[in-house]
Amino acid sequence: MSHLLESVPVDGGMTVEISQRHRMWMAFRRNKTAMFGGIMAVLIVLVAIFAPVLSPYDPLAQDAIARLSPASQDHWLGTDDFGRDVLSRIIWGSRVSLIIGILSVLAGLIVGTGMGMVAGYYGGRTETLIMRAVDVLMCFPDLILAIAVTAVLGSNLVNLIITIAIVMTPRFARLSHGQLLKLKESEYVVAAQAIGAKVPRIIIRHIFPNIFGELLVAGTLWVGVSIRLEANLAFIGLGVQPPTPTWGNMIREGVDVLINAPGISVYSGLCILITILAFNTLGDGIRDMIDPRLRGE
Amino acid sequence: MLKYTLRRILQSIPILLIVLTLVFLVVRVLPGDPAVAALGDYASEESVRALREKLGLSDPIWLQYVKFLVSLASGDLGISAITGYPVAKQVIRVLPYTLELTFCAILLGYILGVPLGISAAVHRNSFIDYFNRIFSLLGLSVPAFYLGIILILLFSIIFPIFPVVGGGDFWDLKDNLRHLVLPGLSLGLLMMAYVTRMTRSAILDVLREDYVRTAHAKGVLEHLVLYKHVLRNALIPIVALGGLYAVVLIGSSVMVEIVFSRPGLGKLMVGAIKQRDYTTLQSVMVIYAVLVVLINLATDLIYGLIDPRIKYD
Repeated sequence: MSHLLESVPVDGGMTVEISQRHRMWMAFRRNKTAMFGGIMAVLIVLVAIFAPVLSPYDPLAQDAIARLSPASQDHWLGTDDFGRDVLSRIIWGSRVSLIIGILSVLAGLIVGTGMGMVAGYYGGRTETLIMRAVDVLMCFPDLILAIAVTAVLGSNLVNLIITIAIVMTPRFARLSHGQLLKLKESEYVVAAQAIGAKVPRIIIRHIFPNIFGELLVAGTLWVGVSIRLEANLAFIGLGVQPPTPTWGNMIREGVDVLINAPGISVYSGLCILITILAFNTLGDGIRDMIDPRLRGE
Repeated sequence: MLKYTLRRILQSIPILLIVLTLVFLVVRVLPGDPAVAALGDYASEESVRALREKLGLSDPIWLQYVKFLVSLASGDLGISAITGYPVAKQVIRVLPYTLELTFCAILLGYILGVPLGISAAVHRNSFIDYFNRIFSLLGLSVPAFYLGIILILLFSIIFPIFPVVGGGDFWDLKDNLRHLVLPGLSLGLLMMAYVTRMTRSAILDVLREDYVRTAHAKGVLEHLVLYKHVLRNALIPIVALGGLYAVVLIGSSVMVEIVFSRPGLGKLMVGAIKQRDYTTLQSVMVIYAVLVVLINLATDLIYGLIDPRIKYD
């Protein structure tokens, strides 16, 4: 993998760079599942961005007369217990899932990768301290850690992003730490050290570009994980508080009326499933793209 | 083996100690006064102070910490400020349900997942391989509680075969199993997806090895190659990742317990958070962490058993 990305320095030949990218893009396009995942992910992001235009009703508007009505021409997916349009709520719900899913992974990536690389590069006590802290955090299953942190921080959009970022950080730290240890002894890093490059420069210019692919794959896959975490928290009642529509909230509300209106839970859960599926296949596809050895597995 | 086992057990102790410290600190920074939570907002100042005294909340933090460790060591999890019952009793009541559920899911995952993974790897790009890929992709993506809801909808509402909620009487085998089927399936199918996926890729990796080609070349029977050469070597990653997924599974068990209103640690924990029952919350988190440390320990020990190379490093 590393040799593919290595040849994409900024001051490298333009033609090399283009053909390299082109080759990867071709590999990605050949992979039908990855294309499916990518297209789905883009569509879901578009739905979230254009929610105000796409949703037929105000997601919060209640209609006491049309409570729990089945799917009809007016309400394609029916209405919920308060007579709110389920389709509109699902469309708006995509926003919370995506915002939390993507931003928390991004925050975890930045903090965790920083920690992992510093630990790996300096070694010694710094490494012990950081990596033991990571071990401790990883002693808790994701959800249990998330529940505990939410209990401390409280649940609103920003705090949920922070919570899930805290869960994601040790994962990125461990991943980047392992990658860095592999690259630390490599010739180009040693060479950079020999000509007197400073530590931040070595980490940012020489090591980071080479583990970026690995991080991108993990990050994409973990967006799925973090969307699922958010849904879990919402289902427990620790997510973004109602009446804000989120898929997890909708499933929970739908469970109470599962016998009369199973659609509310089933459709919103399906959205979570499809979104996670999209990011998972996209992540797998990116991995195949940057690592030709894994193609087709 | 004994030396390796002992060393590995000793290694988990510092981690466990730090985990305990972390849990202690997290619970101390939780917002809200546990004494007020127990007595209600209209409680008089004296009664709140008396309860704080009784719960040891007015002690300096280091004393609370020492007391926490000492009582943990003697198996005392404290008394819940909300219910007034000893936490240890509650935990012992629900722990069998959680262990049963998790164990059943792991068992189901391995019994069904390993053969499926093997056949998918051996018959690559066949129908069974495609089925397996779609199945494991779905399994990796679906939240456990959603699977639970779908199962409830199918087998408790549309076809009312199994009870919707509850855990049944744990010691009544028939009742217990009836209540276990759907939660066990929700979690077991997820585990199966993980196990199938990693079995497939582990087997594919080994199938490429030189010694497998050699075995084929010297005319060893197909199933013997598979059993003696491939499976034995693929077992190592299967066990290692299995431990990792078992930890994920414990997290998912929380959701399954909540969907099915099944007694268990997860339900106890979420209830404790909602009621601000910090003694219980702290104990449940400790027990989860101990479970994870134990699973990691067991994984490493099994590892040592099946891979003789590990003991000597």
